[in-house]
Amino acid sequence: MSYLPKPKLHHPKLPTNAIGLTRRDYEGAISTLCAGCGHDSISAAIIQACFNLAIPPHRVAKLSGIGCSSKTPTYFLGAAHGFNSVHGRMPSVLTGAYLANRELIYLGVSGDGDSASIGFGQFAHSIRRGVNMTYIVENNGVYGLTKGQFSATSDLGSVAKKGTVNTDQPIDLAAIAVQLGATFVARSFSGDKDQLVPLIEAALLHEGAAFLDVISPCVAFNNHPGSTKSYDYVREHNDALNRLDIMLPRQEITASYAPGEMTEVMQHDGSVLRLRKMHADHDPTDRASAMHQIMDRKAAGEILTGLIFVDPNPTALHENLGTVPAPLNALGDAELCPGAEALERVNASLR
Amino acid sequence: MKPTDTSSTEYFHKVVDCQWACPAHTPVPEYIRMIAAGRYADAYMVNWHSNVFPGILGRTCDRPCEPACRRGRVEEEPVAICRLKRVAADNKGDVSARMPEIPRERNGKRIACIGAGPASLTVARDLTPLGYEIHVFDGEAKAGGFIRQQIPRFRLPEEVIDEECGYILDRGGVVSHMNRRVDSLKGLLAEGYDAVFVGSGAPRGRELDVPGRKEAAANIQLGIDWLASVSFGHVTSIGKRVIVLGGGNTAMDCCRSARRLGGEDVKVVVRSGFDEMKASPWEKEDAMNEGIPILNFLVPKEVLHDNGRLTGMVFEKVAAQYDDKGRRSLRPTGEPDVTIECDDVLVAIGQENAFPWIERDAGIEFDRWGLPKLDADTLQSTEPRVFFGGDAAFGPKNIIWAVAHGHEAAVSIDLFCKGEDVKARPAPDVRIASQKMGIHEWAYDNEVSLDLRYKVPHMPAEKALRDITAEVELGYDREMAYRETQRCLNCDVQTVFTAKLCIECDACVDICPTDCITFTENGEEEELRTRLKAPAVNTYQDLYVQDGLKTGRVMVKDEDVCLHCGMCAERCPTGAWDMQKFLLETAKPKAHACHSR
Repeated sequence: MSYLPKPKLHHPKLPTNAIGLTRRDYEGAISTLCAGCGHDSISAAIIQACFNLAIPPHRVAKLSGIGCSSKTPTYFLGAAHGFNSVHGRMPSVLTGAYLANRELIYLGVSGDGDSASIGFGQFAHSIRRGVNMTYIVENNGVYGLTKGQFSATSDLGSVAKKGTVNTDQPIDLAAIAVQLGATFVARSFSGDKDQLVPLIEAALLHEGAAFLDVISPCVAFNNHPGSTKSYDYVREHNDALNRLDIMLPRQEITASYAPGEMTEVMQHDGSVLRLRKMHADHDPTDRASAMHQIMDRKAAGEILTGLIFVDPNPTALHENLGTVPAPLNALGDAELCPGAEALERVNASLR
Repeated sequence: MKPTDTSSTEYFHKVVDCQWACPAHTPVPEYIRMIAAGRYADAYMVNWHSNVFPGILGRTCDRPCEPACRRGRVEEEPVAICRLKRVAADNKGDVSARMPEIPRERNGKRIACIGAGPASLTVARDLTPLGYEIHVFDGEAKAGGFIRQQIPRFRLPEEVIDEECGYILDRGGVVSHMNRRVDSLKGLLAEGYDAVFVGSGAPRGRELDVPGRKEAAANIQLGIDWLASVSFGHVTSIGKRVIVLGGGNTAMDCCRSARRLGGEDVKVVVRSGFDEMKASPWEKEDAMNEGIPILNFLVPKEVLHDNGRLTGMVFEKVAAQYDDKGRRSLRPTGEPDVTIECDDVLVAIGQENAFPWIERDAGIEFDRWGLPKLDADTLQSTEPRVFFGGDAAFGPKNIIWAVAHGHEAAVSIDLFCKGEDVKARPAPDVRIASQKMGIHEWAYDNEVSLDLRYKVPHMPAEKALRDITAEVELGYDREMAYRETQRCLNCDVQTVFTAKLCIECDACVDICPTDCITFTENGEEEELRTRLKAPAVNTYQDLYVQDGLKTGRVMVKDEDVCLHCGMCAERCPTGAWDMQKFLLETAKPKAHACHSR
């Protein structure tokens, strides 16, 4: 951590985006996490993605639970809405906020403890309900705040800093998200921003439940030989499915690839996800293929990263419920309190 | 790119832009931190060792450090380095006890210095503590040379000159021969000096050669001669309407002096455009603030007179034109000539070297511009006993260059007198030390102030213009000086990277406020510069490249706009980044081991 705030002076040629903001305008307070924490790189990637998409920061709601990962929303998008919820309860609070106002962009930030242990049920139900959100798990495979116990995502056989060997099976959150019906599932690595930033952008543009499992080394407790979530181990075992380029609506498409090397997926908002394939046999729009790839790579001892699954035509909770499109805070008294006659009609319909 | 070699002193020295740009290589950030800490005397002595005349230079330096200052690239204006130097001088108190001891026992060597200007005095300052006996010759009654004669008192009070010349001349080891103009080098050499240093300046003002010049001579003066006359009190008034010819700092001193001696309508007329003028921007600004217009692109054509009484001048209008090689020439525009009426003309269109007292057969060879043939490093002439420095060496420059020459010549003279090779230059004294005190505590103040440059308070113009001896600039007070010191980025505190400790976590890349750091595949410099986190367009500034990372990539840091805030080192989990203070002091003549007491 640092005592001093990051100096406000910036590079004189720092570019601005379509709404006139610089990347620095998307920053938050200075991080108080340990120096070298992968989570800080993910915060930097979120900042870069929001800058690239020219998202007005005040149109974002960032929600989190408890843990190192859940501290990070303080460190990016200082001008966004924020909610630090109870441990593991971020998904319900996010769902509630989303139901009240679907016009904001929802960014849930959680960790492996927050989502794979105490909040496992919350995680599952927000995904299967199709809440339109970007759900990022900053996955370091360890309880950092309580000094390095194994978490529910620690791999079988991985070794803790003090030498204990993990005997429990790990939860693969990406695999579960595919199974639970998430319409966008990806995995990435905090040390590979070239891969991570476009994935965050695509997830933010995705109009459904988008889940991102980001492996994020814990420098203090899980970056030693024997760890399967250290910088060195992940770099050695990172097996990327594909490389993603985002084509925003109306953006000219310039690059060209030989047929078969590339898949394009048009998202609902008109953005095109261009995937340069690195595994020829994987169709990212095929849920079964996605499950197969995850299992296959796991068996080979590799860490599968990239865009694993995307449904080009997702549905989300609001559409399923047929709720009113306007945010509740924009409704007038007449709509919110339609009177005794309306109540009578409702009651009559239930008799 | 090849990994940067930081074992030579040059790489880190160049990062300290101000110190690199200073001809005398004054360790600027070091003394600015001392001023911030209220250690004015310490700050003064750091300056005194490097540039000999901190009080004088703190008011009059050409400040090559300031255009070089990194702050000017990340914000609007550089740190007011020069005026902070003055703060150290103003607040230092009595520093006499800190001056080096001059040994009573001489080493038996006698050196003659011709001219008592900054170059000669620097030679004397450097050599007297080693036991040399220095004989200083000057045609004037008081030492200082250009400093005393041509810089107006409203910019530089005489007490400051007396004090700083006194630290050299009055502490032993120096024999002053004032009011003695040397008229023969051969004669001087015959007196048996072990070496002679020529620091006689560029004493001749360039003449104006247009019709009418001779006829109206009574009211046309050469600027530097006129300034000297003003300085010595021989001239106390001037006509109401004055034209000053020339665009250099001497012209600025002339016009501002004329304004104080009765000139009401003073104009500066310059051949070139405003931006190409040689005068420092702040000197032009000060002149204009005193109600002096600067008229550009006017070339003197004729002096108008009425039977020998000056009435005005005619100028031809020109414009700058550039040929296909980008060379500039001034071409007449064909517009009607401009006539300006005046009572006096001051000519400040340049200075020339003059060595009428050096016999052609004295062994000194001159080039076709009339300058002595010298070795650029040693300043030794073709007569091995004779060394040159200051304006006498390579033509008119400025005080800080004269000081730098003085140091080099002193080193040469010392080597020469010891019978050693003058070309074997001693290495600078370099110290580099980590500033780390704790996880996020540093031995330097790494907080970056967002303050803009503080303006130095000036005396109100109406008051200043009434008294030619009243110092116009009042200088910073301590509080203002403190705030200005905080603008310094501490560029001497270097970011030092150790690749074998790096785990490539990107923490430094993410935290760097000015996007200096990139981890990427290596390439040729030109191409590498284009694909950094922020393109490195300032090719004068180096890239710091280190290899040996696990992924095979290289760490590339663009030095251009680094704030030296230490955030990279604070966020580094493994100590791969460290902040290390680099302190370089140029070589000075040192007492030989067997000579030391």
